[in-house]
Amino acid sequence: MHIVVCIKQVPDSAQIRVHPVTNTIMRQGVPTIINPYDLFALEEALRLRDKFGGEVTVLTMGPPTAEDSLRKALTIGANRAVLLTDRFFAGSDTLATSYALAAAIRKIGSTFGAVDVVFTGKQTIDGDTAQVGPGICKRLDFLQLTYVSKVSSLDLDARTIEVERRSEGGVQVLRSNLPCLITMLEGTNQVRRGSMINALNAARAEVVKWSAQDAGVEDIQKCGLRGSPTVVKRVFAPTPRAEKAKVVEAAGQPPAEALIDEIFKLRPKLENEMFELARGF
Amino acid sequence: MSQPAKPAPQPAGRAAAKKELPEHFKAYKHVWVFIEQERGHVHPVSWELMGSGRRLADKLGVELAAVVIGPTGDATKAAVAESFCYGADLAYVVADDVLTDYRNESYTKALTDLVNTHKPEILLLGATTLGRDLAGAVATTLLTGLTADCTELEVDSDNSLAATRPTFGGSLLCTIYTLNFRPQMATVRPRVMSMPDRVEKPVGRVIEFPLGLVEADIVTKILAFVPDRDKATSNLAYADIVVAGGLGLASPENFQLVRQLAGVLGAEYGCSRPLVQKGWVSADRQIGQTGKTIRPKLYIAAGISGAIQHRVGVDGSDLIVAINTDKNAPIFDFAHLALVTDAIRLLPALTEAFRKRLSAHTRDRIAS
Ligand SMILES: Cc1cc2nc3c(=O)[nH]c(=O)nc-3n(C[C@H](O)[C@H](O)[C@H](O)COP(=O)(O)OP(=O)(O)OC[C@H]3O[C@@H](n4cnc5c(N)ncnc54)[C@H](O)[C@@H]3O)c2cc1C
Repeated sequence: MHIVVCIKQVPDSAQIRVHPVTNTIMRQGVPTIINPYDLFALEEALRLRDKFGGEVTVLTMGPPTAEDSLRKALTIGANRAVLLTDRFFAGSDTLATSYALAAAIRKIGSTFGAVDVVFTGKQTIDGDTAQVGPGICKRLDFLQLTYVSKVSSLDLDARTIEVERRSEGGVQVLRSNLPCLITMLEGTNQVRRGSMINALNAARAEVVKWSAQDAGVEDIQKCGLRGSPTVVKRVFAPTPRAEKAKVVEAAGQPPAEALIDEIFKLRPKLENEMFELARGF
Repeated sequence: MSQPAKPAPQPAGRAAAKKELPEHFKAYKHVWVFIEQERGHVHPVSWELMGSGRRLADKLGVELAAVVIGPTGDATKAAVAESFCYGADLAYVVADDVLTDYRNESYTKALTDLVNTHKPEILLLGATTLGRDLAGAVATTLLTGLTADCTELEVDSDNSLAATRPTFGGSLLCTIYTLNFRPQMATVRPRVMSMPDRVEKPVGRVIEFPLGLVEADIVTKILAFVPDRDKATSNLAYADIVVAGGLGLASPENFQLVRQLAGVLGAEYGCSRPLVQKGWVSADRQIGQTGKTIRPKLYIAAGISGAIQHRVGVDGSDLIVAINTDKNAPIFDFAHLALVTDAIRLLPALTEAFRKRLSAHTRDRIAS
């Protein structure tokens, strides 16, 4: 079995600061990490490989420095790493990204063996769109299984797969076919630590580096800014609220009472509504 | 799979920052809202989107259509009727029992076929698990732009859709256009847009559309559906009163204080992200950028610092009360009322005071 896991190197957004004057992102010194959701995807892929045999290839599209994330994934246990890197990809939106990644996955399939499952995280923490997974899937014409918390069974002979998938108001248990694309939810499996042996091997391993041409991208017009139907027109800071919060002064009464008085003074209607709500309990 | 639309000849991106809509997209008119129904219920985000859709359609001078995809029968009929009450001029309906449960294959086909046939200018969907699964697939099949999780939708002087969304973890906003492709697609999370007024309007045009698939054509099968046990969790986004706790509460035992106050108020309870990561509270109680967006009449935040990722989930609250020991905590920049004190001590007192106040209220009512 051959599984491809798409990962993305993202800035640790908890540590990003916005320049107070220019409204630009200050990335200098901000550490990068593997998008956390992608680690759950990697873990689930490794579990399937451990159980059913085969190989896991990790793939990322990004600048040459994204190699660090691939080596980390090799340390965790992936068998092979592919870095898709080319200046033609700069400025890609989700549609252009899915085009490039799908081309690379086809190439991975023809070079290293047919791909049965593609995994991605449910979304990235920098883009937050959850669109690239479905995008890749449609480009490859695979079956789409998003928001998966668990792969419950796999039958390689029948080429069927069963998953639990989060949907509105519950969990769907689905059976589908291979090849499919799965986007993984957070926190549903414990991501393993890399082993010493893996770390040593990862340091020596060759990371496959492909340009757009190497990956067999057919139409360069569909990549990067040119291939992106969406255009960012304006980036700006949210308007801060005009005034700070009013500090509740207790003035002789217990602070809890003072707070309730303030709340009902500001929102007189709330008192009746609260009464109705509280009665319901 | 349905046929994807022909890709436009014009290059996109910065190279085409000026609007030169390709000829074959000029026929694309009207604003569509996907009405999300699952298991017989319309997700309220659909009506919230109808409010936005109505405004956009009025500005553009075009019609607003509801897109209802689902099984044949009463629930789908009710969804269509209800869409007129929320401002739809017409409804496109794909009703087939194959569509009883959501599956990507069947819904993607229904929606892409509808778009290719009836050509909307703007297509809006809720950023729910269903909406995101569907929107990503449809946009790629149609080879058009899709802007996720918008917080504002406007029409600019060029009549283009200007979709604003948070970026970099909510610290900045950006406005995104889909200039040379149609439809212009966007998703919006539940509770980000306010609910429009419902007006009694029982009639509107209905355009039915065939699915063109039978069960045997669909590979993916639904083996089971396990509804969420904790029904209340799905209500957090729609609760009138929310009480939440953060790391300032210091222990899972202290988080009980939040639940107790919520209990007395008939409120929902929530939390900041670290509490989910520590396993104190389940993930569907998380409020914020990667959790739920809430819009209550009253939000009480105890021991929450007010990081930007938390703030974006609560900004639509009508009255924000913050309890924090640090008078410089960022939450006081967007809260309306501040109590600079120890939440662990205040919460039980607040619960008791509310209990008294509300039961006094009961007495008054009975007396009068
Ligand atoms: C990609 C990404 C996504 C994120 N998404 C979310 C999200 O959806 N939701 C979210 O909430 N966070 C999210 N975060 C995390 C966010 O950045 C903050 O780390 C988090 O909100 C902080 O939680 P907190 O306020 O509970 O804890 P802290 O920041 O540790 O703040 C605790 C606060 O409690 C106060 N305090 C301490 N003791 C007391 C006391 N006894 N009584 C009263 N006050 C006290 C302190 O003064 C402090 O202000 C995200 C982060 C990232 C990187």
